[in-house]
Amino acid sequence: MTMPRSSRLLAVLAAGAALLLPAATLAASKVRVGLMLPYTGTYAGLGNNITNGFKLFVEENGGKLGGSEVEYFTVDDESDPAKAPDNASKLIKRDKVDVLVGTVHSGVAMAMAKVARDNNSLLINPNAGAAELTGALCSPNHFRTSFTMWQSSHTMGKVAAAQGKKTAVTFTWGYAAGNEAVEAFKEGFEAAGGKVVKAMTLPFPQVEFQSYLTEIAALKPDMVFSFFSGGGARKYLADYAAAGLKAKIPLYGPGFLTEGVLDGSEAAQGVQTTLHYADGLDNAKDKAFRAAYLKAFKAEPDVFSVQGYDAAQLLAAGLAAVKGDTSKRKEMIAAMEGARLESPRGKMSLSKAHNPVNDIYLRKVEGKLNKMVNVAAPALADPARGCKM
Amino acid sequence: MDLASLLIQLLNGVQYGLLLFLVASGLTLVFGIMGIINLAHGSFYMVGAYMAFVFASATGSLLAGVVLGIGLSVALGMLLEWTLFARLYQRDHLDQVLLTYGLILVLEELRSILVDNDVHGVPVPPMLAGSIPLTANLSYPVYRLFLSGVCLVIGGLMYLLIQRTRLGMMIRAGASNREMVQSLGLNIKLVYRLVFALGVALAAFAGMIAAPVSSVYPGMGTHVLIICLVVVVMGGIGSVRGALLAALLIGIVDTFGRVFLPQAAGVVVYLVMAAVLLWRPEGLFRSI
Repeated sequence: MTMPRSSRLLAVLAAGAALLLPAATLAASKVRVGLMLPYTGTYAGLGNNITNGFKLFVEENGGKLGGSEVEYFTVDDESDPAKAPDNASKLIKRDKVDVLVGTVHSGVAMAMAKVARDNNSLLINPNAGAAELTGALCSPNHFRTSFTMWQSSHTMGKVAAAQGKKTAVTFTWGYAAGNEAVEAFKEGFEAAGGKVVKAMTLPFPQVEFQSYLTEIAALKPDMVFSFFSGGGARKYLADYAAAGLKAKIPLYGPGFLTEGVLDGSEAAQGVQTTLHYADGLDNAKDKAFRAAYLKAFKAEPDVFSVQGYDAAQLLAAGLAAVKGDTSKRKEMIAAMEGARLESPRGKMSLSKAHNPVNDIYLRKVEGKLNKMVNVAAPALADPARGCKM
Repeated sequence: MDLASLLIQLLNGVQYGLLLFLVASGLTLVFGIMGIINLAHGSFYMVGAYMAFVFASATGSLLAGVVLGIGLSVALGMLLEWTLFARLYQRDHLDQVLLTYGLILVLEELRSILVDNDVHGVPVPPMLAGSIPLTANLSYPVYRLFLSGVCLVIGGLMYLLIQRTRLGMMIRAGASNREMVQSLGLNIKLVYRLVFALGVALAAFAGMIAAPVSSVYPGMGTHVLIICLVVVVMGGIGSVRGALLAALLIGIVDTFGRVFLPQAAGVVVYLVMAAVLLWRPEGLFRSI
């Protein structure tokens, strides 16, 4: 049996169209996620852990977010604020991403927020803690799944005062994050009856602490509150202990003082910090998350992995509400604002300014772990000063 | 501030200064004798610190790590002089800056590939791990005192090498007139290679013994390089004696600047450098 030529052509066309059709609908329902994170440099480890956390959630849900397939576009932001506007524009304009996810460095995040605002793009920030992002610069399109320095440091001020500390010396790097931490601590500590007798700063990122430690010993405060991170934190903890201060003047700080720097050495043991995540949380979600993460990446997760995981969760909540149609931005944002997440950190919702509302834990260093002591501030929201939204 | 605290701050300053001297002495030698601006000097410090970390964790002993590290850094210095730096003697400073800046990038990248981008601590050897109580609530780590002692010994050995040995004589002669030394039948190429390897080894050694107190982290060479350039310029280019004096001065000024002028802590050192250079544009000492 032979077909007429024209109907044969038609059949071929139909078959071709049938082949094309699912591909076309597939492309339409795929959500394009732009990951702009540091994959080289000092913060490379943080960028990788955030990415792993994000992808773990997607994998757990069969490669989908809120029912939509995910396509990743990745850019290494090198923690370089100068390159940030270009990198963010590339993802938005060239790759046409539906949502931008990033980043670690606050300077880069501020630039991303500006580009996102100018292009009316959705931005989920899985780490950078600059207060302005959910303060004066807050925007309906910006969501944060991490923290502000205020949340942990203000809590620490109250905790230390409650432990009977009357006088404190603060010592930090003299840059935005350090200053925010110290101001928030002072606010909490002095409101509860303590007194900051001296505020010392060291230019970022210097690490010659010895002369300051000598001064701390001469001032004899009840406690020291410090914010350093990464290599600086590790050296600070070692120097503080070697100067014989640890046993006499207890050291406190926001959680980042002891994140990612614990090698089990004696120097950091017993240091108390506050953060929205801790080791040894009594919650099933965290246990499941840790086991899955360990299995998938052959490494222990940390607070950054959790923040990445929650960024994916939050996005899923928004996408589920609009069935993957990202053009319904308003409905999507409303769903994300109302999301109640089961995070490994515990329950998490979002404040009006789109910053996490979650428990802040008091932690104590034991071995290589930041062991949870108690919930120092339940469901704490950042005051979001200057945010008009 | 009481007298005890003041004296301890002075000790802090001297200790910091001596460590600076150890790093800067290699830089001033290479600069003064060979006429090479070596911006990669800080990277050799970084390489030393990472070698200490890698070898000390592999062998379990910092001493073994240091011995192994010195051997490797001398070899690295010889290799770099033979392949790259030997081609730079006749060229101007801009070419040297380009090459050595490139080396910084290459060494950082190699470090990233061979080790990783994490921050690491190197444990203090148990024998030196204690602290000596100085006041009611301040102790001084024994290792820091030991560090100062080592720096002094190395400084003394360098003085003997340069002033009292035949090799030192050749080095001094080579610094003042390369062609003349060559025409007298001495192998100046070998002398230069040795001096360069010595410079690399000094920086790497400083990185190794400082690793337990400074910790080991990416980009650690850059900060060291800047302050070392200040020491070299202040001390007089090529002068080991000058480097010692300048390093001590900077250590003490930096320490007391932080205590008495905390708002200007970052600038005090540079103000002192400017003052010294106004007074003596060639630095504190001339020649080696």
